[in-house]
Amino acid sequence: MTPLIQATNLARIYQVRRGLFAQPKPVRAVDGVSLAVMPGETLGIVGESGSGKSTLGRMLLGIDQLQAGEVRFEGRAMPELRTAEWRALRAKMQLVYQDPLAALDRRLTIASQLAEPLEIHRIIPKDQRPARVAELMVAVGLRQDQAGRFPHELSGGQRQRAVIARALASRPKLLVCDEPVSALDVSIQAQVVNMLRQLQEQNGIAMVFISHDLKVVRNIADRVAVMYLGRIVEEASSDVIFRSPRHPYTQALVSSVPVPGKLLEGRVILQGEPPNPANRPAGCAFHPRCSIARDICRSTAPVLRQIENRRTAACHIVADGAVPVAA
Amino acid sequence: MGAAKSNLVELRDLKVAFDGVQVLHGIDLTVGRGEALGLVGESGCGKSVTWLAALGLLPGKAGVSGSVRLEGRELCGSPRSTLESVRGGRIAMIFQDPSSSLNPVLRIGRQITEALALHRGLRGDAARTEALRLMDMVGIPDARSRFDLYAHEFSGGQCQRLMIAMALAGEPDLLIADEPTTALDATIQAQILDLLIQLRAETGMATVFISHDLGAVSQVCERVCVMYAGRIVEQGTVEQLFAAPRHPYTRGLFDAIPRIDGPRQPLVPIPGTVPNPKHLPAGCAFSPRCSRVLQSCHTELPPLVPQGDGRLLACARPVPLALVIHAAKPRTPARIVESALQ
Ligand SMILES: Nc1ncnc2c1ncn2[C@@H]1O[C@H](COP(=O)(O)OP(=O)(O)OP(=O)(O)O)[C@@H](O)[C@H]1O
Ligand SMILES: Nc1ncnc2c1ncn2[C@@H]1O[C@H](COP(=O)(O)OP(=O)(O)OP(=O)(O)O)[C@@H](O)[C@H]1O
Ligand code: SF4
Ligand SMILES: [Mg+2]
Ligand SMILES: [Mg+2]
Repeated sequence: MTPLIQATNLARIYQVRRGLFAQPKPVRAVDGVSLAVMPGETLGIVGESGSGKSTLGRMLLGIDQLQAGEVRFEGRAMPELRTAEWRALRAKMQLVYQDPLAALDRRLTIASQLAEPLEIHRIIPKDQRPARVAELMVAVGLRQDQAGRFPHELSGGQRQRAVIARALASRPKLLVCDEPVSALDVSIQAQVVNMLRQLQEQNGIAMVFISHDLKVVRNIADRVAVMYLGRIVEEASSDVIFRSPRHPYTQALVSSVPVPGKLLEGRVILQGEPPNPANRPAGCAFHPRCSIARDICRSTAPVLRQIENRRTAACHIVADGAVPVAA
Repeated sequence: MGAAKSNLVELRDLKVAFDGVQVLHGIDLTVGRGEALGLVGESGCGKSVTWLAALGLLPGKAGVSGSVRLEGRELCGSPRSTLESVRGGRIAMIFQDPSSSLNPVLRIGRQITEALALHRGLRGDAARTEALRLMDMVGIPDARSRFDLYAHEFSGGQCQRLMIAMALAGEPDLLIADEPTTALDATIQAQILDLLIQLRAETGMATVFISHDLGAVSQVCERVCVMYAGRIVEQGTVEQLFAAPRHPYTRGLFDAIPRIDGPRQPLVPIPGTVPNPKHLPAGCAFSPRCSRVLQSCHTELPPLVPQGDGRLLACARPVPLALVIHAAKPRTPARIVESALQ
């Protein structure tokens, strides 16, 4: 089966200037990432702040420029940014991000916000639009009487539903969700997560689900990629990766999730801070914080290797003897 | 009545209103010496306001009433100078928004030595030595060479550590940590929780840990207070609450948390949303969202009353104890605690 979206060796380098007269320094925000998402599948992306998750999400949609690599959607290369083909394709892939207020137009009612993409993409005849708006509201669990409300008249969870409904208007095949529930309270978060899962099951929408909340990701993703400093360090099915993380960073990450009733003792608590992306450590970028690092880790960067069936990791020790994954 | 047995801090019927809208409806709360108390509840339920009011830190427009006692001495309505000597000295607070609390234009070492001068009268080399010790204590690597850096030259996790160091400068009896880990990465969060536990063990100071993360609270605290819409609805030991949450809201909070292990199931959200303090429902504020609601819940406010097991509960129809204990479903909190004890 052809992946819905396939990314090969993506790289994004920002030139960051620290101070007015300083030489700009390259920050490799995304550094050689390859991934594929099948139709209807959800890929979770987790990792430390600044590891390049959002940048990667934007690159998949073609909003952020690729310095290297390629993105193919339904087997075809991504068209040039802002061309008619690109716009047509964008209807099939939508972005949902953290701040619902910023994503909505505060002067428009919820119904008008949902009708807008229908007009822009000329998806359905004008007379059918109100029905489609109503349908979208039902799909995300908004009440009909909320159609005439303005964004600030809704609660945070309801706003995020409206944003998702808007993203669904053009019947996308892929949603890239960047921290879609992070700003919501747990009880409301659960409502939105359930709704997203329902959408997956009923409409077969594929998702790239970016979040720092591992519990939410485990709940919604089929597969999970763990990023560290611009690279994927481990990827496996969601069940497997949380039950038996292999990469030392994934182990620390999974172990750091506070579970009600579970004591902090016996957990892996990392020493040290996440490194500065502008100053990437030599060898394995994780080695300064890694408890099992050896000499080779300080000098040679590990490549992503297949360590088990449908499971990859980039670690010298974990993947000892495994064959590198062809990019 | 030995003084050692008395409570460190007692809040009695603490109420707060902003522009005529009441957001805190009479909080009764005690913190014992050396105790670690958790305060949980959803955004806007009044966790921060409770302690800001107790320390006299709310803006002038806030209407505050009730009593706040530190070792029996009334603080509510006491002169500014008394409050100022208590704050930072006896009681220190780490605020929710870290960027607002470190001064961006003062070097870090200077900020800590100023706090030491203010609260402990330390100056010169003595202050510098003590500041370095505190920076070491909270785990700032190579404190000596970073003494003269500015806040922006530290990472988010390090800024949080520095705030803790500043809070410790006055050797407080009580540290109030308001969402100290919310803005941090998971691995750094675990480091800070670990630090809070360790500091309390070393210094014996009491801790109030404010968080919406039940998992984090269970690691740091002995006793937990659950708040909803400006009131305490359940209070008990961590073991009690996690083994058998009895208020339908507490129970709902547990059920809504996605699990990191066990089978994957749809989450169990609490329907509806948190009420607007301006239009609080009559009776029990949770009644419109409650799965166990009775007719009377819509009109009668359930008082917070002690239960046989020592916990406090404000509910007309709490989750029965037996139901919680015998529930065989893998996602009940009872099982979570069990598996943690193995
Ligand atoms: N527009 C930009 N200009 C310069 N640097 C940038 C820009 N956007 C991101 N970066 C840098 O690229 C790196 C990756 O950022 P990105 O936002 O993708 O991380 P993230 O994993 O989404 O983090 P978070 O969890 O905090 O959202 C970071 O070091 C960031 O500072
Ligand atoms: N300075 C203020 N002026 C007006 N209203 C305020 C002010 N500070 C807080 N409030 C209101 O008081 C209520 C309680 O707020 P508080 O900050 O204590 O909530 P919280 O439980 O700490 O929430 P969070 O988890 O979001 O920090 C909220 O309704 C809030 O809007
Ligand atoms: S008092 Fe009634 S409405 Fe309130 S939580 Fe208990 S059962 Fe539910
Ligand atoms: Mg991001
Ligand atoms: Mg708060």
